[in-house]
Amino acid sequence: MRNLVLGLSLTVLFVLGAVISFLWTPYDHTSLEIANKLKPPSLAHWFGTDHLGRDILSMIMVGARTSIAVAIVAVGIGITLGVPLGLLAAAKSGSWLDEVIMRSNDLIFAFPSLLIAIMITAVFGPSAVNAIIAIGIFNIPVFARVTRGAALSLWTRDYVLAARVAGKGGFRISVEHILPNVMNLLIVQGTIQFSLGILAEAALSYVGLGAQPPTPSWGRMLADSQTLFMLAPHITLFPGFAILLTVLGLNLAGDGLRDLIDPKLRRGAR
Amino acid sequence: MNLLQIKDLDLDIHGTPILKGVSLEIGEGEIHGVIGESGSGKSMTALSVMQLLPEGSACRGEIHLDGMSVLEASEPDLCRMRGDAVGMVFQEPMTALNPLQTIGAQVAETIRIHEDVSQAEAMARAGEVLRRCELPPEDFPLRRYPHELSGGQRQRVVIAIAIALRPKLLIADEPTTALDVTTQAEILQLIQQLVREDGMSVMFITHDLAVVTGLADRISIMRHGEVVEQGDGASLHRSMTHPYTKALFAASSHQPERAGQRAETPLLKVDALVRSYPAARRSLFGKGERFRAVDGVSFEIKKGESVGLVGESGCGKSTLTRAILGLEAAQEGSIHLDGAQVLAGGQASAEVRRKMQVVFQDPYGSFNPRHKVARLVAEPFHLLGRKATEAEIDEALTSVGLTSGDKFKYIHEFSGGQRQRIAIARALIIKPELIILDEAVSALDVSIRAQILDLLADLSDTFGLTYLFISHDLSVVRAITDRVLVMKQGKIVEQGPSEALFSNPQHPYTQTLIEAVPVLPDADISQVETT
Repeated sequence: MRNLVLGLSLTVLFVLGAVISFLWTPYDHTSLEIANKLKPPSLAHWFGTDHLGRDILSMIMVGARTSIAVAIVAVGIGITLGVPLGLLAAAKSGSWLDEVIMRSNDLIFAFPSLLIAIMITAVFGPSAVNAIIAIGIFNIPVFARVTRGAALSLWTRDYVLAARVAGKGGFRISVEHILPNVMNLLIVQGTIQFSLGILAEAALSYVGLGAQPPTPSWGRMLADSQTLFMLAPHITLFPGFAILLTVLGLNLAGDGLRDLIDPKLRRGAR
Repeated sequence: MNLLQIKDLDLDIHGTPILKGVSLEIGEGEIHGVIGESGSGKSMTALSVMQLLPEGSACRGEIHLDGMSVLEASEPDLCRMRGDAVGMVFQEPMTALNPLQTIGAQVAETIRIHEDVSQAEAMARAGEVLRRCELPPEDFPLRRYPHELSGGQRQRVVIAIAIALRPKLLIADEPTTALDVTTQAEILQLIQQLVREDGMSVMFITHDLAVVTGLADRISIMRHGEVVEQGDGASLHRSMTHPYTKALFAASSHQPERAGQRAETPLLKVDALVRSYPAARRSLFGKGERFRAVDGVSFEIKKGESVGLVGESGCGKSTLTRAILGLEAAQEGSIHLDGAQVLAGGQASAEVRRKMQVVFQDPYGSFNPRHKVARLVAEPFHLLGRKATEAEIDEALTSVGLTSGDKFKYIHEFSGGQRQRIAIARALIIKPELIILDEAVSALDVSIRAQILDLLADLSDTFGLTYLFISHDLSVVRAITDRVLVMKQGKIVEQGPSEALFSNPQHPYTQTLIEAVPVLPDADISQVETT
């Protein structure tokens, strides 16, 4: 319960930062003030300024936008394609269709996801959109597998049998009886995939394949600052902490949600 | 001096009183039956003796076991007591054993925890204990895994673990409830034999009066966390005074009244039905053999008739049910419902399906927890291709004794018995001809079971329903059916009118089945109103 509260508050903090950045940031994140470069944190610049004199707090707030947008769309791709595939595989379990779906999943799983993401962005050009697609593709098998696993056990329930006696077909049963009962699992998995999406976006931006300048991105802020780390540690630390705390927050929230939803774990959790 | 003495035991869990002033004595070598319906506190009494209560429990009172005050004992002392002085047998042998350990290792573990012996010696002793439980190591090597054994054999392993160190007290919590009647008879016999040999005392917890009356020296009846009556096992049915005890005896042997108005036209006709599954192949290129779960079954059910289908687990009852419901295709033979073939052309048509509905055993698993009752009950209307009207839902709910306001609730707001009523409402709502009751009352307490049986009898009279009543519980089948089919290994071995078949069984298997059923002595229940 404590984890859930902590995780949710961290998450809300960053989402809030991203939302506020649409209306207001302390400084314009694109304005360069070379005279003010590498200033340590002060009252004027809470998080200091970077090597081009940009306000780091403003950049982190706008960067949160990029991270959240990429992660949301990537998880969205995973859910909209993965969940129906998983439901279909479970409904036709044991058939060739099930085999085709699950073996294609294995195929995608077999590749290191970041490697393929780099390949996709390398071929189609580095951009935030291509990063989203690359990360999204790797979310599909995750959701397909989670959905199929949970759905398979639900298919043996008596209420599914009762629905079959009522003449309902696989599609209707999947939508009416299976999907609502795997929803809680999907919420938990979604939270965890969300944090992985943020991490993957940061990694792609770090190697220069994510969002392109001048759009700020946490990963690229890290990459830009690493040569100056000894000179001005704050320009590395703040984006680093932003990534760390967001991912930590989402993971804690995901774990907490699972404990809250799963009655078996609830008893043990305090 | 009694071996176990429980005096004025109160138990609260998170402030909710569970047990109220329970007093109970078990003498040496005595079998003490503790009887009650679900929630009566019988299992909690047993767990109090073991001090294995859930978190947030507070015990007050006295529990003395063989001179030791259990409530004042330290945790290390309790650990020494558990398994050594007290052994415990649980209801579900599948979950009581670790599936990844051999049976020998699991019995040996108990020995090694309490005694300083080598692994080899512990295994040797485990073999001896299993032999005492009629699993001789020649036939059942110690390196077998639980999944290689049948339910009854697994329960023997659980008993072997419990008695490995010759405990003074054995606590058996519903040890035969999950077993077939013939297996139940064997396990009861085994427990009696072990008691005779070791002079062990037994606390035998069950909801089934019939099981315990032939077995127990003394009986305690529990309700709402209190012991309402205690008496001698052999004479309680004559000496009982408490109304609840009387009601319990009455409900256990309850016979619903049925008018019985049946026509001569057959409703369901099953003809030489075969349903087989591919069995495991012996060799890589060998031809796969097929396991015939239903093997040439033929029978008829007439309109308005109530027919019982009896058999032990694995006899093919469920497979037959699924075939009749048109959920699975059969390999050979045919099924006709009201003249129309079920599963003609691979898919049962909506016209055939709307004439039959089903009620399942588990009142907790039969409903989607995320829908409201109105939607759950109206589900079969899919077959008619329209939505149920409010009036139809209300009618279905009121006909099973619920109110129309219940349709706005979720299923978790109902008790097991109420859920089974909702399941019956769901089966009734499109006015089918045939209702298949698949162990529909097996999971219910006796008093609730009696109510549901009455309801079923009423409904059959009002709506002219035909029942196929599938059960392993012969006394229930006898009470509610006109005719009985006995099934064994995929075949119908005997069929006939219920009374005739039960009083004069012809087939040896039927005879074993009927002999294995524990009988309740004829109690003097004339002065009790049936509830």
